[in-house]
Amino acid sequence: MKNYASLLQGNEAMAQGALYAGARFYAGYPITPSSEIAQECSKVMPKLGGVYMQMEDEIASMAAIIGASLAGVKSFTATSGPGFSLMQENLGLAIMGEVPCVVIDVQRSGPSTGLATKPAQSDIMQIRWGRHGDQELIALSPSSVGECFSLTVEAFNLAEKLRTPVVVAADEIVAHMRENILIPEPGEVEVFDRRKPTGDPAAYLPFGPAPDGVPPISSYGSDYIMHVSSSMHGPDGYSNNGPDNAARQIARKNSKFEHHRAEIVKTRTYEADDADVLFVTFGTVTRAARAAARTLRESGVRAGVLQLITVWPFAEEAVAEFGGRAKTVVVPEMNYHGQLAGEVKKVLGAGADVRRVNSWNGQIITPRDILRAI
Amino acid sequence: MTYATGQQYLKDGVLPHMWCPGCGIGVMLRACLRSFEELGYRNEDTVVVTGIGCTGKLDDYVVTHALHTTHGRALACATGIKAAKDDLHVVVFMGDGDSVTIGGNHFLHAARRNIDLTAIVINNFNFGMTGGQFSGTTFNGAITQTSAYGNPERQLDICALAEVAGANFVARSTPWHVDDLSALITEALSRKGFSLVEVLSPCPTHFGSNNKMKKGTDMLGWLKERTMPVDLYRSKSPAERAGIFPIGKLVDRCEPDFAARYAEVGAKATGN
Repeated sequence: MKNYASLLQGNEAMAQGALYAGARFYAGYPITPSSEIAQECSKVMPKLGGVYMQMEDEIASMAAIIGASLAGVKSFTATSGPGFSLMQENLGLAIMGEVPCVVIDVQRSGPSTGLATKPAQSDIMQIRWGRHGDQELIALSPSSVGECFSLTVEAFNLAEKLRTPVVVAADEIVAHMRENILIPEPGEVEVFDRRKPTGDPAAYLPFGPAPDGVPPISSYGSDYIMHVSSSMHGPDGYSNNGPDNAARQIARKNSKFEHHRAEIVKTRTYEADDADVLFVTFGTVTRAARAAARTLRESGVRAGVLQLITVWPFAEEAVAEFGGRAKTVVVPEMNYHGQLAGEVKKVLGAGADVRRVNSWNGQIITPRDILRAI
Repeated sequence: MTYATGQQYLKDGVLPHMWCPGCGIGVMLRACLRSFEELGYRNEDTVVVTGIGCTGKLDDYVVTHALHTTHGRALACATGIKAAKDDLHVVVFMGDGDSVTIGGNHFLHAARRNIDLTAIVINNFNFGMTGGQFSGTTFNGAITQTSAYGNPERQLDICALAEVAGANFVARSTPWHVDDLSALITEALSRKGFSLVEVLSPCPTHFGSNNKMKKGTDMLGWLKERTMPVDLYRSKSPAERAGIFPIGKLVDRCEPDFAARYAEVGAKATGN
């Protein structure tokens, strides 16, 4: 089949991206504005020999995709604010157990039930710090339906490569927006599969040292017997409360994000090289920032956009490079506290002119809102 | 005659185990591992899933595949394992906290889905690992570390819950009735669909010592007096049944399991 243009909704594109990446297990609990992902999976999974499971809540959804992934099947779930809050505990289990899986969080306005059908970008700190313990969590944020597809494929690739959960941090706007996208043919976009153990099964250590910090992962039913634990464990996966072991395990589990940092942290720039005014954005707000930058360019102001495709780990290098060159940095985002702006300030220092543009009423940020900051 | 020991599933060098003298978990584990052997389970095809608490420590003693989960979420994780790979033997070990207190929702829905798992629940009437606080199965009036004046709440009947939720197989036993316990576990493991074995267990360290049963044998004797074979139980009047647990095979059904029903969905989706 030739490449064909499809008019897809962001949610449908994320579901299609997951299937393209080889996901064959979806477990979720319907929640606005992510439900179309569940609906799509319920229709397609049975045709592909995959599994669609509607769980009793988001705690169980997260648990089920962990179980399925450990059984060797690429797995994912999708949710929004309240559901994402419920997933935190088992996201911690996926991080501790180093279980590849993808969680799509279609962000909506809160706190609590909030404006249940309206967009927000207020889960950014929850994604990074929503769980107890020392950990990293990768988050990619799409600004278009095309990116909904491509970043979901990328999320699976990173999950498989690093043995870790990866969050796709979408928002209600991009999730419900429709755009024409080209679905790549099979093989056209790289799909990465987890590295499996080799050699003597009796010597297999599911949490042993590895050059890049990522030990190979077995699957349930394999001859390489695998012990996975939420509790602190030694290289063999069995309980080990020794302080030296704990220090080694936590350091290794975090080190893999450093080893693979260049593959994880992705940004895109729009006329940012000579920008005096730099907009640092993620997700759909990138589109308004691009329009604002064009308007400024037309009036002779050198403006550009730095889009953080990867929100976490934070793109410190790119923010320092382009933000350091600019006279004014503006961070438009759909939340009250300026969750991303705080990170930008942390990188650029107290002396930098970092301005915030925020919305927290469930309304999109317009180019005009952004231009008011200049 | 060969005698199943379950040794092939037990990790080397882990004995003596961590559980208190008089606790029922060791008896239950031994019965389970022997059942695995009797049924010819390969370690490679078997996944032991545990929650948190005294029973949740059990995975550290086995050399099958294993997943030690978060508190109360063992059944939800196990559901994902089994739904993704139906040819695995998935056996879930939980305490009364995991199964019907913090994890009650997952318990109901695992039974409703009739997913082909075996859940073994050690019910020792309190949270042992954290020092003996009341749980969802602690009797009204019982003394625990968080009910010094008596538990104001009532206990849940785990087996009744599994029955109304749709489990195919439901049984109850105790370490006192160890031969019955072994037979029931073997039968539960052999059955399709959601199978539950509730193991009423002594906790002399906490529940017992708080309720005038300091020795393991005190609590075993108490369990003996508080239980009755289910056929006999059903012949008794409601007044005679009060405070008594029926033991044995309580539910035995052959409803299609989740995989069978999902296969029907797959056939419709693909037009086969």
